[in-house]
Amino acid sequence: MTETVIEAEGLGLRHGRRGGWALRDCSFRLREGRVCALVGPNGAGKSTLLTLVARLALPTEGTVRTAPPEALAYVGQDKPLYPQLTIAETLRMGRELNPGRWDAGAAERIVEGLELDPRTRVRALSGGQRTRVALALALGKRPALLLLDEPMADLDPLARHRLMGALMADAAEHGTTVVMSSHILTELEGVCDHLLLVDGGRIRLSGPMDQVQAAHRLLTGPVAARAELAAHTVVETRTTGRRITALVRPRGPVDGRTWETVHPSLEELLLAHLRSPDAPPFAVDDLLAGTEVPA
Amino acid sequence: MLEYRIDRRSGVATYLQIVQQTRQALRLGLLVPGDKLPTAREVVEATAINPNTVLKAYRELEREGLVEAKRGLGTFIRRSLGSAPADSPLVEELADWARRARAAGMERDDVAALFASVLERQFKEDGDS
Repeated sequence: MTETVIEAEGLGLRHGRRGGWALRDCSFRLREGRVCALVGPNGAGKSTLLTLVARLALPTEGTVRTAPPEALAYVGQDKPLYPQLTIAETLRMGRELNPGRWDAGAAERIVEGLELDPRTRVRALSGGQRTRVALALALGKRPALLLLDEPMADLDPLARHRLMGALMADAAEHGTTVVMSSHILTELEGVCDHLLLVDGGRIRLSGPMDQVQAAHRLLTGPVAARAELAAHTVVETRTTGRRITALVRPRGPVDGRTWETVHPSLEELLLAHLRSPDAPPFAVDDLLAGTEVPA
Repeated sequence: MLEYRIDRRSGVATYLQIVQQTRQALRLGLLVPGDKLPTAREVVEATAINPNTVLKAYRELEREGLVEAKRGLGTFIRRSLGSAPADSPLVEELADWARRARAAGMERDDVAALFASVLERQFKEDGDS
């Protein structure tokens, strides 16, 4: 039985009574076991969305239903930890704050990779080392839903690969649902199977990665045939000399004699949308989507 | 134990890379019936890919009848592929041919092109295999 882990309905947050909207009209559903990429430019509303799901902020409008607090772990960009505690004391705090569900093995596996004396104080750790301790604390909680805001930003490529591997191993073993934000698009390719593109405080693309990608085509053809594009939903067109390249959502057959058709990469898809803020949004409801769930 | 190498820039879907590398290992006799494939956990820990991708690849291999998932135990090889294991005399004969091509002054790309064209002629009617 597949369960919804996040259900957001018309979610919005406004800063102050007269301030601008950080996020608006945000509706989506995410099912159990997904690894969701939350992407978008800086200031798009990614962090706002995560804090609303984590219940660290109250929405101005709309609702969000999600895992109960004890089954939810959130690691913010600033990785809040007590600087005066040692690594060992930090993990002990995790155990004491999560009675009955603390998984010491999972937490220690993440920290072991640091090859540091557990008596080292958090204050003395580098940004990347702190990230690992914060993630250890989050995974030790054995969450059903793990929310990570820019988790890999201060890690070197090797540490990033190791930590992503550890995260995926945890997801494989326990079916943890993960939502992670990033503005580095390629970092998430191959890792995530669900996509949320947030831009200008709105959701632009949402759904299972393969279905969102399958709904788009990159067409290249003569500028003279431009009018034929009107048969489809056009996200972006770019003209080079007498050739035109268009990212479209096909609504009917595409003439193979006129247009060269390829499937866009994730990066091409996201960049085309970011360059075209007026393109209509696209969403596939995760609960109505295909039946591909982990066996 | 088989170790998968994932090339994110290859343009080949990740699950397909796992399927292809498994088939390749079967063809070369590096995997034989009864061998166990790495668990999804082991694969994703090493490659940092999505666990569902590994499961999708294993389902595809199962659909092809190459592997069998045994609940709680893991995924096991059911049958081998092709007839040229790593210790076949064909391997040494091909190596010998490659040595002679090189001795004759052919470049690596020339040899590869020649091999591909001979392959193409020999397997014309078979489609892909």
